[in-house]
Amino acid sequence: MSGETVKLLGHWASPFALRVIWALKLKEIEYEYVGEDLPNKSPLLLEYNPVHKKIPVLVHGGKPIAESLVILEYLDEAWKHNPILPDDPYERAQARFWARFVDEKCMPSIMSAFTKKGEEKEKAAKEARENFKILESGLGKKQFFGGESVGFVDIAAGWIGLWTRMVEEIADVNIIDTAMMPLLESWFQRVLQVPILKECLPPQDKVLERFKGFHKFLTGGSS
Amino acid sequence: MAEVTLLGFWPSPFVYRVIWALKLKGVEYEYVEEDVVYNKSDRLLEYNPVHKKVPVLVHAGKPIAESAVILEYIEETWPHNPLLPKDPHQRALARFWTKFGEDKSIALCTFFITEGEEQVKATKEAQENLRILEEHGLGNKKFFGGDEIGMADFEFGWLNLWLPVMEQIAGVKVMEAESFPRLHAWIQRFKELPTIKQNLPDHSAMLTYFKDRRAFFLASAKS
Repeated sequence: MSGETVKLLGHWASPFALRVIWALKLKEIEYEYVGEDLPNKSPLLLEYNPVHKKIPVLVHGGKPIAESLVILEYLDEAWKHNPILPDDPYERAQARFWARFVDEKCMPSIMSAFTKKGEEKEKAAKEARENFKILESGLGKKQFFGGESVGFVDIAAGWIGLWTRMVEEIADVNIIDTAMMPLLESWFQRVLQVPILKECLPPQDKVLERFKGFHKFLTGGSS
Repeated sequence: MAEVTLLGFWPSPFVYRVIWALKLKGVEYEYVEEDVVYNKSDRLLEYNPVHKKVPVLVHAGKPIAESAVILEYIEETWPHNPLLPKDPHQRALARFWTKFGEDKSIALCTFFITEGEEQVKATKEAQENLRILEEHGLGNKKFFGGDEIGMADFEFGWLNLWLPVMEQIAGVKVMEAESFPRLHAWIQRFKELPTIKQNLPDHSAMLTYFKDRRAFFLASAKS
């Protein structure tokens, strides 16, 4: 099975594609990267993900898998080397719980703070801060969510500090509050010092420009 | 304290997913009813401080929240009568469809909390998603899990009782048998399984409860 080709359909600015790249690199899996020119979706993407028509899509031996967290679980099951989920079922449940929390709570509140204005923006930012505070409780005093080394949640969320800083700058909001979330903030720095993760980051200036473009389009330029 | 405890709320389809999984695997557990609408217990707030919701599974004193996370935990802890197939790609598909069910749950249920034009629009959106589910998710399989039921069948198990109750109270037919023949056939097979048949909430109690909820949602929308 590990002899079959692996292809990743992604986009250079997508944090969800980045999750999969990080996992592939950490597990030392050879793959071919196919960059999608969104919003012009290729016939390949439409064929491989007809339900959502989104990246990332992993294609292994011709069979596609969509949804970044589903892909991470697949990678861990198909390649046993350098596991990203822990062995213990309870610890695995905790990892899954926090990865979902990032997607279902942290991300929407950060996006809200990015796209809304005035009082609604401040309310969203407050919620985003509270969600980060809650996320911090999942980290505790550990070096990484995965313990001594990066794991499932680190891969799922390691980019979020950087992206949030961009949202703060562009939308003129405060979300990362050092006093409120000191442990999480130091994790934001620490996780991106891990060489494999750091070297896969897309050029931040280009991501920032892209975000600025989105912000202008979504809010009419004002905040 | 029992080795396995499930904190639940009797009309919740999320709770029933966990009940079905435990019953399928013959896991003995103590069920504890939580009054999540009016009076959440200290125990619930202690075991699920992040979301304060049910279901929560407590195993040897350790709590696990989020039904999809609980199902994965149950599968790993009690592997007999599996909820997931062996093949990693098939497992990924089961997780993909489980996530689809979670992501689309609002789109599938908005018809219940709306009326007039809004309800017409919501019904259409629900039907589009059911069509995708029927064609891509179920296809010509006996169950979502293939020849045997699995995690994805439990994800959509609410279609067998909760949906008809909601349709009856909201006065709209979302999933006509003629329009969704394969889903209907699946429902007939699903509800005949002893694990499901013997573990469903009381139909008339459901009608009363959901009638109340619709009135509440419509009133809140107006205020």
